Amino acid sequence: MTALFFYLFSTVAVASAFMVIAARNPVHSVLYLILAFVNAAGLFILLGAEFLAMLLVVVYVGAVAVLFLFVVMMLDVDFAELRQGFLQYLPIGGLIGLIFLVELVLVVSTWSISPDALQVPLASNAPLEGITNTEAIGRVLYTRYAYFFQAAGLILLVAMIGAIVLTLRERAGVKRQDISAQNARDPKEVLTLHDVPSRKGLPESVS
Amino acid sequence: MGYALSLSEGWDVAIGCRMTDLVAAYLPLAIFIGVSMVIAGALLVAPYLIAFKKPDPEKLSAYECGFNAFDDARMKFDVRFYLVAILFIIFDLEVAFLFPWAITFGDLGWYGYWSMMCFLGILTVGFVYEWKKGALEWD
Repeated sequence: MTALFFYLFSTVAVASAFMVIAARNPVHSVLYLILAFVNAAGLFILLGAEFLAMLLVVVYVGAVAVLFLFVVMMLDVDFAELRQGFLQYLPIGGLIGLIFLVELVLVVSTWSISPDALQVPLASNAPLEGITNTEAIGRVLYTRYAYFFQAAGLILLVAMIGAIVLTLRERAGVKRQDISAQNARDPKEVLTLHDVPSRKGLPESVS
Repeated sequence: MGYALSLSEGWDVAIGCRMTDLVAAYLPLAIFIGVSMVIAGALLVAPYLIAFKKPDPEKLSAYECGFNAFDDARMKFDVRFYLVAILFIIFDLEVAFLFPWAITFGDLGWYGYWSMMCFLGILTVGFVYEWKKGALEWD
């Protein structure tokens, strides 16, 4: 049963990952990317990593995919223009693709799993009995891997500042309400009271 | 209960035992998704089979309050939407880091507490920066 779901999720994940690069419409490829993320979350559940699976759905499907859609819509892709240089770049593109293919074949054909590595999952799974995997992450992330955790915080800070620096523009002609400036106005400077005599009106100098 | 990526016999058994109940707990979810896919698929396919069909090019043409469509629906839009989304993602991730911390709070001790406070402090610096820069204001 687990094997059935493993093959189901992995087949759909690989197929949709292929469609991400094969789809003509960039919006369609983002939708296929979401499908690939969901299936990866299913694979995480099969591995017993529930927390990571839910995080994948919340962060990647919920947020990153929306961001990709924004990027795709902001790109303003013109397909006719994209295909113009196709023949011109075909030789060099084909060459790079061939080099990558040879490298991939070399990597896969010479891959071997060290016998030590097979013992690692046994050792690391042993103390997890009886606690949830969210607890298992929490027990090591904030203490043993505290430096990586702080590095994650710094990366988020850099992302935040970078996004603001890159996209925030001062717009001319925007009238904002400045409440502190309004409250700081002194009545003496902006308001004068005059005692207007009857039938005379205000003197010329005041009005 | 076979496991697809069985690297060794021992690991297979160890994972298989723990995983059976965990994956079994997700069986209702799988059934739910399966049923919803069947219903959605049936609703997609049924019109092709049973609906009354009378195709006409006018039915496919764009209709915009009686005018022909002025413009393509795909236009570039303001980069400020992107800024809001990326700021949302960053604080989304910050909250995601809080969940395991909250669950294991009792076991972590002071080191884990200050580790998280330092993390939150770093992000608060960014929050103050974006507040002062006016990135949270729309105009």
